[in-house]
Amino acid sequence: MLGKSRLIFPGEKVGCGAPLAGGPSQPHRASPSYGRTPGLLGDSRLETSLGGVGGHVGGAVPPVMFLLPQVLLAWSGGPSSSSMVWQVLEGLSRDSAKRLRFVPGVVYIDEGAACGQSPEDRARTLAEVKLALQTTGFPWHAVALEEVFSLPPSALRCSAQEAAGTEGAYKAAVDSFLQQQHALGTNGVERQSQHCAQDPQSPAGPPTTAQTQALSRLFDSVKTLTAKEELLQTLRTHLILHVARNHGYSKVMTGDSCTRLAIKLMTSLALGRGAFLAWDTGFSDERHGDVVVVRPMREHTLKEVAFYNRLFAVPSICTPALDTKAPEKASIHRLMEAFILRLQAQFPSTVSTVYRWVRVGTGGGGAGGVGPPASSVLEPCSHPRTSEKLVKAPRAGCAAGPRCLLCMCTLDVDTADSATAFGAQTSHLPQMQTPVTQARAAAGPCCCAGMGGAPGCCKREDPRAQVMEQLCYGCRVNMKDLPSLELLPPYILSEAQLRSQRATAEQEIREYLLGDSEDEAGTGES
Amino acid sequence: MGTWELSAGRPQSLLEVVVLLPASALSRSLDLPAWVLFRRSRPLPPLQDPTMPAPQCASCHKARAALRRPRSGQALCGACFCAAFEAEVLHTVVAGRLLPPGAVVAVGASGGKDSTVLAHVLRELAPRLGISLHLVAVDEGIGGYRDAALAAVRRQAARWELPLTVVAYADLFGGWTMDAVARSTAGSGRSRACCTFCGVLRRRALEEGARLVGATHVVTGHNADDMAETVLMNFLRGDAGRLARGGGLGSPGEGGALPRCRPLQLASQKEVVLYAHFRRLDYFSEECVYAPEAFRGHARDLLKMLEAARPSAVLDLVHSAERLALAPTARPPPPGACSRCGALASRALCQACALLDGLNRGRPRLAIGKGRRGLDEEGPPREPQPSRPPASEPVPDF
Repeated sequence: MLGKSRLIFPGEKVGCGAPLAGGPSQPHRASPSYGRTPGLLGDSRLETSLGGVGGHVGGAVPPVMFLLPQVLLAWSGGPSSSSMVWQVLEGLSRDSAKRLRFVPGVVYIDEGAACGQSPEDRARTLAEVKLALQTTGFPWHAVALEEVFSLPPSALRCSAQEAAGTEGAYKAAVDSFLQQQHALGTNGVERQSQHCAQDPQSPAGPPTTAQTQALSRLFDSVKTLTAKEELLQTLRTHLILHVARNHGYSKVMTGDSCTRLAIKLMTSLALGRGAFLAWDTGFSDERHGDVVVVRPMREHTLKEVAFYNRLFAVPSICTPALDTKAPEKASIHRLMEAFILRLQAQFPSTVSTVYRWVRVGTGGGGAGGVGPPASSVLEPCSHPRTSEKLVKAPRAGCAAGPRCLLCMCTLDVDTADSATAFGAQTSHLPQMQTPVTQARAAAGPCCCAGMGGAPGCCKREDPRAQVMEQLCYGCRVNMKDLPSLELLPPYILSEAQLRSQRATAEQEIREYLLGDSEDEAGTGES
Repeated sequence: MGTWELSAGRPQSLLEVVVLLPASALSRSLDLPAWVLFRRSRPLPPLQDPTMPAPQCASCHKARAALRRPRSGQALCGACFCAAFEAEVLHTVVAGRLLPPGAVVAVGASGGKDSTVLAHVLRELAPRLGISLHLVAVDEGIGGYRDAALAAVRRQAARWELPLTVVAYADLFGGWTMDAVARSTAGSGRSRACCTFCGVLRRRALEEGARLVGATHVVTGHNADDMAETVLMNFLRGDAGRLARGGGLGSPGEGGALPRCRPLQLASQKEVVLYAHFRRLDYFSEECVYAPEAFRGHARDLLKMLEAARPSAVLDLVHSAERLALAPTARPPPPGACSRCGALASRALCQACALLDGLNRGRPRLAIGKGRRGLDEEGPPREPQPSRPPASEPVPDF
C-alpha cells in the first residue's frame, strides 16, 4: 500500500545495515497456521511503509539492504512496549512469511531519579533491563533521565528532512556500511557493544550524583502530580529524540496501545491541548522534523496485549512510575484513566469510540476494529486512506509559525483580551487594573505571571515571562505549577533565550526585510 | 429572598464555594445536614489564619472582603465582585460582537440559576448595550417540576418588569408533553433517552417563542462548566458533528434560524452561584426528574473531579474545544430547510420533526439510532443515544 501513509519519502536519509537474524534465544514461535505474525506489525501497511525505497524485492538483494531504515524502539519495560519489541523480533526472524524490513534498536530510559527510587533499586532494575535487552539481540541504549542536563539546545529544534537525491543517499549509505563492516567484522554482538560504548554515558557507570540531585530537585519543586507527569513525558521525549538523532535513527516506535491512546486523548483535551490531538495520538507524529514518532500498537487494546503476552510468554519488567500508588484524584492522568476504564465497564464501546477520533483506517476494515461505513468518516483530508476526525491543522514546514518550546507544536494562543478561554484568563478590565496589579503583587499565586503577555501586567521575572511566551497553552498551564524555571535543564533555558533574542532582533529589523523571511530563517537554523 | 436552596441528593457545586462568611450567618441560612456537609467539604484557603480578620477587598479597599474568586483567588467584597462579573460578561458580549445595539433579545428563562443570573445581568447591561429583553419560558410538561420552575420565572418577570412568553410543548408539538414522551419510550427496555427529545424539542420551542415576540437574537445561560461538560460528553460519544457546531461563542444563525449566543460562556458555575447569592436572586434549584438517567451525569462527575485536580480545567477544556481541528467530513453538511416545518435542517427533516414523527408512529426510536446518524457508533442498546446536550443539570437551563 504505497501511498500517502508511506513513512519514507524519496531521498530520505536512511541508515544502513544488514537485517539481523533473531537473537541468541529464538522466541517461541506459535504463529498461526499461515505463518504470519499476529498483530499490527504483520500488517502489510506498516511493512510496506517501512520497507524502504526498494519495497518488496524477493530475496536478499544487496542494493536493497543498504537502504533499510533504522527504527528506534522505545521500550519502557511495560506490557505494551514489550509486546511491540517481541513482535518486531518475530517479524524480523527468517521464518516469518512477510519479513519486516528495517533495522531496529531499543532504547530504555531510566527514570528512577524522577520517581524517587533509591539507588539500589535503580541498579537492580537496570541490571534486569540490561539482561532483557541483551537477549533481544538488537543494539540497545540504556539512558538515564539525568542525561537531559547534558542535552544540547538543538534537541528542541525541528530540522527539516534532508532533501538529498536518492543517489547521494544511496552512495553515502553504501560507503558507511562498508566502513562499518570493515571496522567491526560481521559480529552482531560486537556492534551492539560498540553502540553501547558510543553512549555519552557508559552503561557501567551511573549518572553523577549532582545530576541526580538536580533532577530530584526539579521534580520535587513541581507542585502538582499532573505537571510532574507532563514534565516527565516532555523530558523523556526529548531524550529519546536526541538518542535517535545521535545514532541515525529516522523513526521512533512507541508502544502506546488503543486504551492508552484513548486515555491520552481525553487527558490532552482536559489539559488544553485540543489543537494538537492529532499529533499526540495519531499514527505518525512528524512535528520533530527529521525523526518521526510512530505508534504501531495503537490498534490493540490493553486486553489484547495482555492476552498476547500471556499466550506467547512475552517478558516484561515492572518498574514503579511517577504515579504508582497515587490516589485516584491525584492527577488528571489518573482521573481520566480511572474514569475511562470505569465507563468502559458500563459502555463497552467507550474506548473504541474515543480512539476513533484519530483512527487511521485502511478503507475496508483495517487490522483494528470494525469501521463505520465508508461514506461517513473516511475523508481524504490530506491522506487518501485515512479516516480521522481530527487533522493536523497547520501542515506547513518547520518554520511556519512560532513553535512551542517544549512540545514543538505551533502555538495556539491568541491575543489576550479576546473573547476566548485564553482571553478570559489573561484579560484585565480597565476599571480594575491598577488595584488588581497591586493586589496580585501582594497575593501569592498570580495567574498572570503564569500566562504572561498581558498588557499592563507586572512582569516580575523576566526570564519566566520570556519562557512562558514561547509555550503553547497546555505547556503554559503546566509551567504554572513550576514555581522556579531555573531548575529546568539548561538546554531549555538557553534555547528560550536564543529564541527570544531572535524575536527581538527580528522586531528591530522587520521594516527592512523584504517579503517572507521565514523560509530563509528556517533553513539557516539547524 | 436570599435563601440558599440546596437540592437533596446530588452534591452541588454550591457546597464547594469558598465564602468567607461568619459561621453564624451561614448557619442561619442552611439546615443542619447541609451545614455539616458544607463544613466538611469546604476547603480552607491556603494562606488564611482563622484567627485573623478577613482581608480587605482588593478592588475598593474599603469594605471587608466577603469572598475569594474561584479562578484568581482574589479577595473581593460583594459589590465589587458583582461589578467585576458584570464587566466580564459585558466584555464577552462586546469583544465577541454577540448582541449589536438595537437587538431584541429573547432570553431563554427556565427559572434556574443560570438563566436567572443571565436575565439579571443583561437587564443591568441593557442600557449600555442598547438592547431590549424578553423572557421566553418553555413548558415541557414535566409534572411536579416544571410548574414550580415556571412559577419562579413568573415572579422574576413581575419583579423585573420584563415581558414573559410561555410556550408549551403540548401546544407546539401536537399534544406531546415530556411525560407522555417518557411513557412512550419507557417500554422498550432501553434507557429512556428523554433528554434527547427534550433537548431537541426545547430548541425548537425556544425558536418559536423568540419568533412570537419578534426577537432578533436568542441567548441562553450556558456557563463554562456546561460547555466543558458538553465537550467531554461529545468526545466520549464520538459526536464530531455536534462538536463542530458547538464550539465558539454560539451560532451566527444560518438559514432562517435566529443567531444564538451564550454570554455567560466564560463564567464558571461557582461564580454564577456567587453572583446569585450576592444579588439575592430568587431561583429554582431542583433537578429534573429525568436527569439521573442522562449521560451528561458522567461528564459532570468527571468535570468535578478534574476541577478538583486542577482548578483551571474548565477553561482548559473550553480552550481545547475552541481549537479542535476537525476533518472536513467530520463537520456537519451545510444546512438546508426542513421539508415539513421549514426550520434549519441538515437532512430532509429537521431533528424535531423526525423525532415527533417517530413518536407519532409509535416508534419513538425511529430518529435515534445508527441508520439516521451516521456518526453514531454505539452498539449496546442500553446506552443513551447521542443528542443535543440534554437539560439534565440540577438547575435546569437551556
